[in-house]
Order: sequence, then C-alpha cells, then structure tokens
Amino acid sequence: MDLRYSAAEEAFRADLRTWLAATVPDVGPPPPSNDLVARRAYDTAWQAMLFDAGYAGIDWPREYGGRGASPVETLIFHEECARAGAPYVGVNFVGCLHAGPTLIAEGTEAQQARYLPRILRGEELWCQGFSEPQAGSDLASLRTRAERDGDTYVVNGSKIWTSFGEISDQMELLVRTDADAPKHKGITWLVCTMDTPGIEVRPLVAANGSVEFDEVFFDDVRVPVENRVGAENGGWRVAMVTFSFERGSAFVSEMIEVARETAALAELARKVTRRSGTAWDDAALRRDIGRLAAELDALWALVKRNVSEAARTNEPPGVGGSVLKLAFTELNQRLGELTMSVLGRAGAAATDLDGLPLAELTERSVRSLALTIAAGTSQIQRNIVAERILGMPRG
Amino acid sequence: MDLLPTDDQSELAAAVRALCEARFDVDSLRELEGSGFDAGRWGDLAGMGVFAATLEESAGGAGLGAAEAVLVFEELGRALVPGPVLWTQLAAGIVDGAAAGETVVGGLDLTGGAAGPHLVAHLDACDAVIGVAEDRVLRWDADAMRAVPLADSLDPLTPVHHVEELPPGDEIGGAEAAGRMVADATVLTAAFEVGLATAVTDMASTYALDREQFGKPIGAFQAVKHILADMVVRAEVARSAVYAAGATLDDPEAGDLDRIVHAAKICADLAADKNARACIQVHGGMGYTWEVPAHYFLKRAWVLEPLFGGIAEHADAVAASLVS
Ligand SMILES: Cc1cc2nc3c(=O)[nH]c(=O)nc-3n(C[C@H](O)[C@H](O)[C@H](O)COP(=O)(O)OP(=O)(O)OC[C@H]3O[C@@H](n4cnc5c(N)ncnc54)[C@H](O)[C@@H]3O)c2cc1C
Repeated sequence: MDLRYSAAEEAFRADLRTWLAATVPDVGPPPPSNDLVARRAYDTAWQAMLFDAGYAGIDWPREYGGRGASPVETLIFHEECARAGAPYVGVNFVGCLHAGPTLIAEGTEAQQARYLPRILRGEELWCQGFSEPQAGSDLASLRTRAERDGDTYVVNGSKIWTSFGEISDQMELLVRTDADAPKHKGITWLVCTMDTPGIEVRPLVAANGSVEFDEVFFDDVRVPVENRVGAENGGWRVAMVTFSFERGSAFVSEMIEVARETAALAELARKVTRRSGTAWDDAALRRDIGRLAAELDALWALVKRNVSEAARTNEPPGVGGSVLKLAFTELNQRLGELTMSVLGRAGAAATDLDGLPLAELTERSVRSLALTIAAGTSQIQRNIVAERILGMPRG
Repeated sequence: MDLLPTDDQSELAAAVRALCEARFDVDSLRELEGSGFDAGRWGDLAGMGVFAATLEESAGGAGLGAAEAVLVFEELGRALVPGPVLWTQLAAGIVDGAAAGETVVGGLDLTGGAAGPHLVAHLDACDAVIGVAEDRVLRWDADAMRAVPLADSLDPLTPVHHVEELPPGDEIGGAEAAGRMVADATVLTAAFEVGLATAVTDMASTYALDREQFGKPIGAFQAVKHILADMVVRAEVARSAVYAAGATLDDPEAGDLDRIVHAAKICADLAADKNARACIQVHGGMGYTWEVPAHYFLKRAWVLEPLFGGIAEHADAVAASLVS
C-alpha cells in the first residue's frame, strides 16, 4: 500500500501540467449549456487539441491510435485536466469512453479503421441508443426491430433519453434481431449513422431546462450489415462490454469538480446571511458539509483502489465500478441538497443576485438528480452489488 | 501508487486472520463475556507479534509500517477481538514489556478536552494505563488509578472502570509523540471498525442465503438485497479511506494526513454502526437475541465511535479546513 507515484508517472504528470498550463488559458469559457451546436464545436475542438498533443484516447492501446497510458497515468490525466479547469470530455463521452473502447474490444479491423480515428480527432460524435420507452432498467426487453434484407438491416422502433442525439454522427444502437429467442439472446449491437433516411430526432426538455437528450424514431432505417459489432443476436454480450467501460474511470473528473464545489459552498455559506448571522454559523449545516468533504476524500481513495486493481489485473473495472457509482452519485446529490440548504430563500431565484451565482448553483442541484438514474439506477446498482459481490439469488 | 496490499501484506493479514479464526471464534467470545480478557489468548496475540508490529527493529519490534498495522487491526476487528490490544500496541516502546505483551496496557482517550467521565476498559487485566491528549502522553500504574469497577458495561466484552478523579500521571511524551499517537490510534480504531463492518456484512449475507421465508432465501428479496448492498458500499468506502490513511501515516508527503485521518474515522464510524444495525435487522427476531452475536458487534461499534473523536468532531474539523 503506497500512495507515491513513480518517477515515470511524475514525469508524465509534469509534462501534462506544462501542456495544460500553456493550452487551457486560450480555450475560453464553455458556451451556454443549451447551445448544443456551440458545445459540439467547443468540445470537439478540445478533443482535436488533445489529439495533436498525443493525449487523445488516453488509455486506448497505441495500435488503435491511443496513448496506451497505464491505469495510473489515466487517473493522473483526468485529475490534472480537471484541476487545470480543462474542458471535460463533454459531448464526446460516448465515443471516447465507451463506443470507442467497445469497438477496440469487439469491432472488426474495418470498423476500427473507419470509426476510431474520427473519434480520437473529434471529427465524429457518438450517442447511445440503448434505452427505449418500454425498456429502461430492463434493457434486454428492448423492442426496436431490425430485419435482415440482403446486406442491410431494416430498423423500426424508437429510442429515448438519447443524450446529444441531435448533434451526433453515429449511434451505438441495440436492436432486436430475433423476437422468438429469450430476451437476452435476440439482441444485436449496430453502428447507425445518424443522417440515414428514416431517422427522426425530437429533443426532450429535462428538469434542469436543458435539451440534452432526445427521442429517436426509426422508420425503415437501413443499416448495412457490415455495421454490426459482434455476432447477430450476440449484442447483449457486447453491450455488457460497453457497460464495463461506461461505469469505469468516468467519475474522476467529476470528483475533482465536486471537491472544488464543496469548498466553494463552504465559502459561499459564509456570505449567505441568515436571521442570526450567516449560513456557516449553522453548526449542523457546517458539520454536514464537513462530513461530505470527508466522504469525498474517502471516495477518492476508493478510486485509487479501483485503479490499483485495474493496474494489477489489466481488466476494466468490474463490480467495483458499481460500488463507486452508488456512493459517488448519492454524495453528489447530497451536495445538491446542501447547496439548497445554504442558499435558503435565495434559492428561489435562478438568476444571479447579490453576488450569489444562483443560476449555476440551482441548476447544479437539479442536474444532480439525473445521476442516480442515468447509466443504471441506484436500485439496479444495488441489485448488482448484492447479486455479484455477495451472491444473493437473482430476482 | 498502489492502494492494495502487497503480497507480503496480504500474507500478514492472512496469518492474523487464521489466528483469530482459531482463537477468537464466536464461541470463545461468548466464553469471554464479562472479562473480555484471557491470558492465553493474549499470549497468542503477543506471539503473533501484534503488539510489537510497528516498533522499530532496533527496539525489538518488527519495524512494520502503519499500512501493515491497519491490516492487522482490520483482522482483529473482523473477529471482534476484545481486550486492550490497541493501547498495548500504542504503548510498545514507551512502556516496558508492552511490545512483548508481558505488560498489559490499558488506556484513556483524553483528546478533545479530556471531558469525562473517564472510563478505563479492561482495567482488571492491566498492569499500566496510558492516557493521550493532543499535547502529552501520560502513564499510570494500573492500581494507582483508584478506579471503581462498574457493575455493568454496554459491551459484554468491554468491562469498564470509572476513574472519578484522574490522579497525576507521569508525563512520558510531549506534543510530538502525542500527535503521532493520536493519529495512529484514530486510524487503527478505524481499521478495527472496518473489519467489524465487514464481518457483520458477511454474517448478514450468510444468513440471508440460509434463512427462507415465502419459499425462498430472504436474500432473494430486494428489500434485503439493498440493505446488504449498502453494507458493502459503506465497508468498501471506509476500507479505502483507512488504507489511504495507513499509507499516508507511513509517507505523510504523499497526501494530506489530517484530512485522510478524518475521512477514515468518519467513514469507519458510519460503516461500523450502520452495518451492525443492519445485520441485526437482516436477522429478524434472531438478531435481537443475546445468542446471535450481532449485538456484540453493534455494542463494540458504539464503544469505538466516540474514541479519538466521533463523526461530529471529525466532520467539524474538516469543515474548518475548508474555509480560509
Ligand atoms: C440524464 C440522462 C441521460 C441519459 N442518457 C442516455 C443515453 O444517452 N442513452 C441511453 O440509452 N439511455 C440514456 N439514459 C437512460 C437511462 O439509462 C435510463 O433512464 C435508466 O436506465 C432507467 O430506465 P428508466 O428511465 O426506464 O426507468 P425504469 O427502469 O422505469 O425505472 C423506474 C424506477 O423503478 C426502479 N426499478 C426498475 N427496475 C427495478 C428493479 N429490477 N429493481 C429495483 N428497482 C427497479 C428504478 O430504479 C427507478 O427508480 C439517460 C438517462 C438520464 C436521466
């Protein structure tokens, strides 16, 4: 048990810091969150800068154009980028964090050559078409059909909650190719190009007012058979590979951000006035904020344990990812609750007032509600932990 | 950076676990009710090198680090080993004979303003007592404590004496020694709590697979599964903080020692208390019996939580560190 980074890891960190210090100040502030076109331009420009500097696909193997960084270097990368205030992976998250790695693990050479470089350079954006109106937690019950017609699949049905569907070029799409097989055995994983005729994308307004996710309708959409990843009816296994990446190292940047927000909330509490002083004079609130900061430190240690495990086994995080997701998403929501407690009556305004950044803080509190739903709800994560770690019977 | 035990560390933990399974099984805990101390078993712990673990080799110890001590205490906690093990380990090198376990050393936590009442655990078994405040370490002979044995203690394995008036002790360490001792004591207490929290998780999940209602194991019911999953999460989060705290004690430059010690104690306090309660709930009526040892674990958790600061004190300290 050792928290020291090796000389090589420290050298990696130092080079990265130098590059970030030279690069980040010129990147400029992020565009408004509802300007999706501008966000795409901003996030993909950052991706291109990472690519030019050799940091794109940080943990992808070198033969696929990545940097081939070790799990520890990948941790350092996310940590330093967040500390430097660099743009987050943002709208590139599906491509960089799970579609790309899935193609590396399961795609054909032709698919890898076609898609991976464009993900790395920020030229193509990906979205995830897994969930459906009738298939959320029970994803394997999905109904969107794909029927074989010569060299193409003809897709009919609909997807929902597709993040950044409107601005994406490619979709990782799960379809049903065998309606008679048991539900896990009739699913296929396809790459679907979003400008294919027959696709209609309708934005949904989320509780925080954003239009980040969409409904996507498929009406006789023709997808070439060569876009299939893995075997026909073998898509569930491929989707499990995708999930193993999805629940992986994705939280590192957010954790650094939450630590910064927690410290900022403490400072803010000293400014928000209450009947008898400031919010910080409320001993119970102060204690809750202190406890949250401490639990976050503990979760950072859990990340390091998971990374250590990955470094030893060379496998994507397993159930350890579910433990982290459960703990971190709930903590993140508690920060939202504490934020509203600190703001008190001022929290009724979502417009900045008296020097309080109310627009950002109230939106953040609302946004945190999605975290225990997206990418597998907390209830589903608890099922996974109980069944796969403790061996409870599947229900 | 590697926050998992090395092979040597895993072997050490496995050896301590094997000893605990052989000598501190549940039946032996039942036998030890009321005293919590048995000279033979104490000798086994000494023979394993538990007390001398972190003492320098030049002083006759094993020269191990806090990281190893954390793993040892995690195993002791898993078996709910009773007795003044922590204090005797802290006293190694300071009180003659402690490292070899020949002198049994009890202790008084005088941190946080030394607020009373002063309760000394296992005093009947002790030869000496040490007390630690933030700025000094004190020592007394056990019979100089003029303490009154209390008829009952919360934890049947942790009998307590009441020291009505603290006699002046010998100052055997100043602020530097005290600071290090408090940090060690806090982290090792947390490590013990992590072991405890894990043991009750194992106990509850074993029962959940075994006990059937409505024609299936109760572990098939989601309400039970989710209780168990939360137990795993609390134990793993706390274990991570405790390992990081152990590694930081060994290498304070590698992290923020104060912050990780606070995090370790807060998360371990939470895990021990909440998991032990959950274990009782999962056992149903059996859980509320004296016979099922779940209550031993919860009561020990309650005894340990306030030691070296509980959740409230550590959370307040972290809060203070957040503002400039
Ligand atoms: C912000 C956001 C972005 C998203 N982005 C995408 C995306 O890009 N692509 C995509 O495919 N999907 C996306 N999703 C969808 C997400 O994966 C689903 O919302 C999620 O899996 C839950 O499915 P559901 O909404 O149908 O809820 P349901 O499955 O209907 O669940 C409703 C409630 O029932 C509980 N529940 C359901 N089944 C069980 C069970 N077996 N045991 C216990 N409790 C249960 C759930 O925990 C939840 O509380 C996104 C969601 C959000 C909120």
